[in-house]
Amino acid sequence: MIAAPFDYVAAESATHALELLDSFGDDAKLLAGGHSLLPMMKLRLAAPSVLIDIGRLAELTGIRADGDELVIGAATTHATLAASDLVRADAPLLAHSAGLVGDPQIRHRGTIGGSLAHADPAADLPMALLALGGSVEVLGGDGTRNVAAEDLFAGFFETSLEPGELIAWVRVPRRPGRAWGYQKFVRRANDWAIVGAAAIEGRIALANMGPVPLRARAAEQALAGGASVAEAAELAAEGTEPGEDLHADRGYRRHLARVLARRALEHRT
Amino acid sequence: MQVELGVNGEHRSDDVEPRLLLVHYLREVCGLRAANVGCDTTSCGACTVLLDGVSVKSCTVLTVQAAGQQVTTAEGLAAEGELHPVQAAFRQEHGLQCGFCTPGMVMAAVGLLSENPDPSETEVREGLEGNFCRCTGYHNIVRAVLAAAAGGVPAAGARAAATARTPAAGSERAQAGQAGA
Repeated sequence: MIAAPFDYVAAESATHALELLDSFGDDAKLLAGGHSLLPMMKLRLAAPSVLIDIGRLAELTGIRADGDELVIGAATTHATLAASDLVRADAPLLAHSAGLVGDPQIRHRGTIGGSLAHADPAADLPMALLALGGSVEVLGGDGTRNVAAEDLFAGFFETSLEPGELIAWVRVPRRPGRAWGYQKFVRRANDWAIVGAAAIEGRIALANMGPVPLRARAAEQALAGGASVAEAAELAAEGTEPGEDLHADRGYRRHLARVLARRALEHRT
Repeated sequence: MQVELGVNGEHRSDDVEPRLLLVHYLREVCGLRAANVGCDTTSCGACTVLLDGVSVKSCTVLTVQAAGQQVTTAEGLAAEGELHPVQAAFRQEHGLQCGFCTPGMVMAAVGLLSENPDPSETEVREGLEGNFCRCTGYHNIVRAVLAAAAGGVPAAGARAAATARTPAAGSERAQAGQAGA
């Protein structure tokens, strides 16, 4: 499969990328690892006329501690994230999640910023960021703004990013030593979750239970009110309207959400 | 646009379309046919090559994204007709059937062993998750990778060291791995 023709520009800096986005407008797409965008372009589901490559900008890679948060460059690969001692110590749920994306080759190319911007409700990292209460630093013509995970995912494969903006860094609260759980139900190797659940300190996030990654708020409130894990997990699918496909109908997805939320709350991986 | 990169140790400069995939560049421009186009959807791993020593699926990398980097294909492992230890181990353990997945499988294994020189069987199976063998030949493939690991496979890029080894030594390593399995 061959993508429609396009022009390619390697950005020299994040500022340069913003200038390019501004000049090309809606015809341009940002490219980092390309492991979400290129498959869509090969299928002609996307046909941007310009790709702006930000995948090798040093200023958008790397992981550092900043007070109570980890700051992760948007172009940091899943493999780097999964192997990072800092992330494994301070946000092990995120390191684990990154290590489950696709397969080793995909993790060598795919980036955290790309995965979040792609906003696939079945993907690992959007669910992980939501469970952890993280946020993204967004660069645009008007400067930098911080967008919480709750506010980032606006719809099916849709974010609240404005045209001309790019995700530059990801911020995640540092939570060393806290118990967490992560469940990803798949039928095939290197597949997306049919349903996923991630839990840490009473927060529960679900993957593929709707058009965006979701908090299991009824279950969270029950836990906060003193319910047992088993009782709370029974409420994990409350208020969700998951889609149906050949893998699972709605009832089965709801069942999976309850079971996987319980296992995640039991801190199983 | 003009792109400069290294392919199996050779510096190249070619005029390519931005949309030209790395796997098509390798096969059609460079004439290197080891990397296969299998699924063409980042799933099967038949197109796996090393980019700066790291395994990638070349059906989902643009040639222009590889600018300034070093690409290694299966052809680049067996310099001067001497099998790389992973290739020798695949032969020793009969880690192939029809052979279509083999170049990608070998490159994924070389990449895996450069990151984890002494993997467990589970780590080998997980490390090859991105490579499908439709002959259901995984058992011998895993044995081959373990055999190669038991013999000590040089890091990706250390080709000169690899090719200095004798086939007999590779065979001994493979047997040692089999005995230890």
